[in-house]
Amino acid sequence: MNSATSPQVLALHPFRRSFIELNARERARSLMDEGTFEELLGPFDRIKSPWLPAQGVVPQSDDGVVVARGAVDGCRTVVIAIEGMFQGGSIGEVSGTKIACALDLACEDNEAGQRTYAVLLLETGGVRLQEANLGLAVIAEIQSSIIALRRHTPVVGVIAGMVGCFGGMAISAALCSHLIATREARLGLNGPEVIEQEAGVEEFDSTDRRLIWSATGGRQRFETGFVDQLVKDDVAAIRAALRIAFQQGVPAKNRSAEIDKYLAFLAGIDPTAQLDASAVRNLWERA
Amino acid sequence: METMNFEYPATNAVAHRAHVGVVGSGDLEVLLEPSPHDFASVQVCTSVDGYGTIWKAVLDRFFAKHSIKSTIEINDFGATPGMVALRLEQALEQSTT
Repeated sequence: MNSATSPQVLALHPFRRSFIELNARERARSLMDEGTFEELLGPFDRIKSPWLPAQGVVPQSDDGVVVARGAVDGCRTVVIAIEGMFQGGSIGEVSGTKIACALDLACEDNEAGQRTYAVLLLETGGVRLQEANLGLAVIAEIQSSIIALRRHTPVVGVIAGMVGCFGGMAISAALCSHLIATREARLGLNGPEVIEQEAGVEEFDSTDRRLIWSATGGRQRFETGFVDQLVKDDVAAIRAALRIAFQQGVPAKNRSAEIDKYLAFLAGIDPTAQLDASAVRNLWERA
Repeated sequence: METMNFEYPATNAVAHRAHVGVVGSGDLEVLLEPSPHDFASVQVCTSVDGYGTIWKAVLDRFFAKHSIKSTIEINDFGATPGMVALRLEQALEQSTT
């Protein structure tokens, strides 16, 4: 499996290799240099959710988060991959703690002079509702860990699809130094069903895929400055994007510190008129 | 959710442990580990209740073919019997290569 990503094999087979079709562990492995993938708290450590079985839900042996240490393009990196197929990539006490602790370990390494990059593969609906407050609390931990680490090294988020990145983890994505997305990806605070439930079908029809992607899809998020690189659903393209993100290093000003820019953007919006995707793009260009 | 346990006499050693699959819709994860004992023990945790006889049939067939000294944990999220059989074969393949 790993050999399929080696440069020699890619040269022989110049077709695309889908990233979206890979599970979380395969995704992490596919981005790392051959033979360097080393998993921390893997499935056989059986650090899983104690809360799911108590509510009649089958747990997963890694609680849906893969933490791997290794090299990406020769750089020492921790890759944290959320499994979107398990409970919608939701963040529970255990899965969230794995993410926060991995980021903290990377922070300690950087503070000790050992340059370590961090890559987050975000495929998540946000907090795991069965673990309510514990999940919310740990998402706050993840966010403070990202903020601590991003002073030392770029924290790179990748949203590939098809789950997308929502809820508290969308805020975590916005705190990353650099965001990479595909056209298939979505990034938003509330998912389509939640918006429809709260605001009505006239406001947002959660069955209208064109509408959903026009508002929260990877391309729109790229055109409106929330995403730094738009890439194809292709392992080699995502690896190349990571290389660029690493080379750019720690940004002079993080997106989440661009308060005036975003306030100007928001001030330009007339809430009485219905905005469409191109109107949002035009507003962003003027902001 | 239902948990079941099965045991089969076994003769053949397994080279190393293997993990395959995801606890996602219509899928399952299999954790296969070598065991020093002359039997295989299987623990199944499934989201669909009441299919014990079908689980037994799938596992009977697997262990009739592969008498492996192992400890197997299955976390299932509504996989079909065919899917379960394929994941078991995949785990075995990974544990020998």
